[in-house]
Amino acid sequence: MSNKDFILKIPTRSTNLKIIRDFIMDVSDKAGFENEACCDIALAVDEGCTNVIKHAYRGGDGKDIIINVKYDKEKITIIISDTGKGFDSEVYETLDLEEYLIKLEKGGLGIHIMKNTMDEIDFRKEKDNINSVHMIKFLPQESAD
Amino acid sequence: MQTDIILKREDINGVSVIHVGGYLDAHTATKFESLILELTNAERYKLILNFKELDYISSAGLGVIMGNIEEIRNHDGDIKLSDMGEKIYRVFDLVGFPSLYDIFDTQKEAETAFESKS
Repeated sequence: MSNKDFILKIPTRSTNLKIIRDFIMDVSDKAGFENEACCDIALAVDEGCTNVIKHAYRGGDGKDIIINVKYDKEKITIIISDTGKGFDSEVYETLDLEEYLIKLEKGGLGIHIMKNTMDEIDFRKEKDNINSVHMIKFLPQESAD
Repeated sequence: MQTDIILKREDINGVSVIHVGGYLDAHTATKFESLILELTNAERYKLILNFKELDYISSAGLGVIMGNIEEIRNHDGDIKLSDMGEKIYRVFDLVGFPSLYDIFDTQKEAETAFESKS
């Protein structure tokens, strides 16, 4: 792991959302993003974690969210994953993860926010029923002239 | 560490103002919703949300406004928003709220808008 890789493992409780946002704000700032972009990234991660807390675990006692963050000269990459079985597998089998979250969340506001604040969003179902959201935001590149 | 929301209610004639401060996220949205329900249960349907002291809002907070607006408007009321900082406005703008809700620079302007309608 380089000094540009960070991991936060934290209990899935909504009271921890502020800690998660502060962590993301700090790393985004370190990666070189302007304050407005740092706020956008923290908001997107809050939305992703809120989905995990509210939907995946139905409360979440004894489970953790793992947030992996890494950055380089071009971008910041964030992966939010849960640590166990959580989603209602019967419903889940018939839908993709994004569709499932929209169905549970009125109007899919959080997903809309994630898509509009980050450059790339990818919902994945890993093996052992572990779900993850991968997000990327690119740093603005200085023009050559 | 402060992770909470600060809610203060102020009734001005037929209008109820909720001063929302701190953090409005999935952790605090239920408190916010309880106050809105308390008002609608008391048949107070003219609401102003004053966001002057609000530091943060996520979709959980937006969802509370969205989830209650229909009932409020069906009772000839409205939720008007005021004193929104740039950071907060940006989130509202992301989800297209400015075309769905009246947003005013000051609480006074929101009060006047209710007065001119009644």
